[in-house]
Amino acid sequence: MEKESKSKNRREFIQSGARLTLALALGSVSGLALSKVVKDDYVWQIDPFECTQCGRCATDCVMTPSAVKCVHAYDLCGYCDLCGGYFKPDANQLSTAAENQLCPTAAIERKFIEEPYFEYIINEDLCIGCAKCVEGCTSFGNGSLHLQIIHDICLNCNECSIARVCPSDAIKRVPASEAYNVKGDFSKKPES
Amino acid sequence: MKKIKYILYLLIFAFYLLPSHLSAQQQRFPKPEFESGYEQPSTVTPEPRALSLEYFDVLVLLAVLSLVTWLILKKRSRQGVLWVSIFTLIYFGFYRNGCICPIGAIQNVTLSFADPAYAISLTALLFFLFPLVFTLFFGRTFCAGACPLGAIQDLIIIKPISLPKWLNKTLGLIPYIYLSLAVLFAATGTDFIICRYDPFVGIFRMDAKFLMVVLGISFLLVGMFVARPYCRFFCPYSVLLSWMSRFSKRHLTITPSKCIQCKLCSNSCPFDAIDYPTDEKEVVKSGLGPKRFITYALLIPLWIAAGVFVGERSHTFLSKANNDVYLAELLISNPEIKNDPDNIDVQTFLASGKTMETLVEEAGGIRQKFYYGSMIAGGFIGLVIGVTLLNTVVFRKRQDYVPQKGNCLSCGRCMDYCPVEE
Ligand code: SF4
Ligand code: SF4
Ligand code: SF4
Ligand code: SF4
Ligand code: SF4
Repeated sequence: MEKESKSKNRREFIQSGARLTLALALGSVSGLALSKVVKDDYVWQIDPFECTQCGRCATDCVMTPSAVKCVHAYDLCGYCDLCGGYFKPDANQLSTAAENQLCPTAAIERKFIEEPYFEYIINEDLCIGCAKCVEGCTSFGNGSLHLQIIHDICLNCNECSIARVCPSDAIKRVPASEAYNVKGDFSKKPES
Repeated sequence: MKKIKYILYLLIFAFYLLPSHLSAQQQRFPKPEFESGYEQPSTVTPEPRALSLEYFDVLVLLAVLSLVTWLILKKRSRQGVLWVSIFTLIYFGFYRNGCICPIGAIQNVTLSFADPAYAISLTALLFFLFPLVFTLFFGRTFCAGACPLGAIQDLIIIKPISLPKWLNKTLGLIPYIYLSLAVLFAATGTDFIICRYDPFVGIFRMDAKFLMVVLGISFLLVGMFVARPYCRFFCPYSVLLSWMSRFSKRHLTITPSKCIQCKLCSNSCPFDAIDYPTDEKEVVKSGLGPKRFITYALLIPLWIAAGVFVGERSHTFLSKANNDVYLAELLISNPEIKNDPDNIDVQTFLASGKTMETLVEEAGGIRQKFYYGSMIAGGFIGLVIGVTLLNTVVFRKRQDYVPQKGNCLSCGRCMDYCPVEE
């Protein structure tokens, strides 16, 4: 009987020793991590100056359709009649016929404002984030159309699966309080 | 007049020739001055989920953990745990889309140590810590009812079959390997494999790539008969949890007071986590105990060395999972690929102005990290194999039917089988 209680005592001693070690390990892990912790949350966002319009934003998001959409920085727009983001380069007529449109889902609405200006509005429900219009606008226009991760659709994955495959490393974590990099009100220079 | 027009054309032409990142700053076409009183709309930017809601999630986790712990240790109610599991499945699973979860948070914590530039959010750290702390005190009550992945598997168990012990032990090594790889890939900034290969997250989101749907559904189908296959044989977090649980201060007990050896609970655990009373005669008869113990103990350093060796051998292969390393290798081994207009990665790299030397240098740095990381991971896995083998010959005296503290998921099923009244 005594022998048994002795071995029991010993086992309990080992147990609490191990428990203390584990608790200390947990404590030091949290202490170390706490020194780098930030109160703000992080979200994923595209840096439009680094995006090279590769098209993976449409295919690699965990959501279908993608949480990446085209946004329009109106401040930068020239309201061109011949919009590089709206028309295919070889469009033979400036009409809104589908075969002339660059957007595969006809998500861009073209609205006449006054001679010779047109406003272009993105219909987010139709946009799939394919960046075709962004490419057109960046190479032939002012670059006012660009991609952004829209945060009421995005699930804020622990690791954005587009960021992993983005060839330009354009998708980065940003503090949730500055969740968008909209061109125009976003002062970052492309290269410094 | 004509001259001005000519100069204008020249200017526009010059704009086109400028590199695109510069022209993005300029406006090729100035913003018009509208005369019709047109008002420019503003760009819509919906806010992300409020920070307070993220902290609310942490609170919910705490509440669920406390509730399950109380239900298991005080109330001893399997029924209660079941209802909490359903809540967890709905809230953390279907409502929060299974993200963020403590299992994935391992990677955030790792990366925050490995990469000085990586900031970890407080919510992620708390999600990682709370379940471990609770487990250290009360056993794996997190697995019982606060983990959405556990809950979805727990609710579909139909007819659990008992696996032979050797199979249980062998498959039980996979979580250690998975954990090592996850830490290795996270620390090198390569990938978050736990999140990418989470089999159930696609079900929670009701949207996933086809292969992941197949994986998730097959896990659920297998899980009808092999109870909680992900928990027992894959979950990398289960490694940490079982360490904590093995030395937990309190733990679920099958009987409320004293085991009367009625054997009623012996087949009640769907996870084969109940240890039977030891049969002393058998051990004495075999007479191999001490001898084997010494051999197996001496084998441990060999296992570690073997693990380090395998790690060293495989680091080149493993490092290919990193995009930079992959690209550098591709460009070196196959230079013609530069002419392939369809390879987006290569074309983007060539257009970016980054030199080949920088890329190779970066890739070399990452491969160096893989070199050391793989050896550490290999050594760790070797140690685990050695200790697991050693454990098979360690003889522990047991008189009662007790849950294995490390592997018991504290689900509470066995409690209902015990006829002893309090
Ligand atoms: S994956 Fe990257 S480069 Fe490609 S469209 Fe998206 S942000 Fe742009
Ligand atoms: S072209 Fe692509 S990115 Fe642009 S609006 Fe259409 S779907 Fe969206
Ligand atoms: S974080 Fe997830 S949901 Fe959001 S854009 Fe990236 S992959 Fe899509
Ligand atoms: S073992 Fe892993 S997946 Fe299963 S309940 Fe525990 S933490 Fe969740
Ligand atoms: S509480 Fe533990 S021992 Fe009991 S049935 Fe559940 S997992 Fe098995």
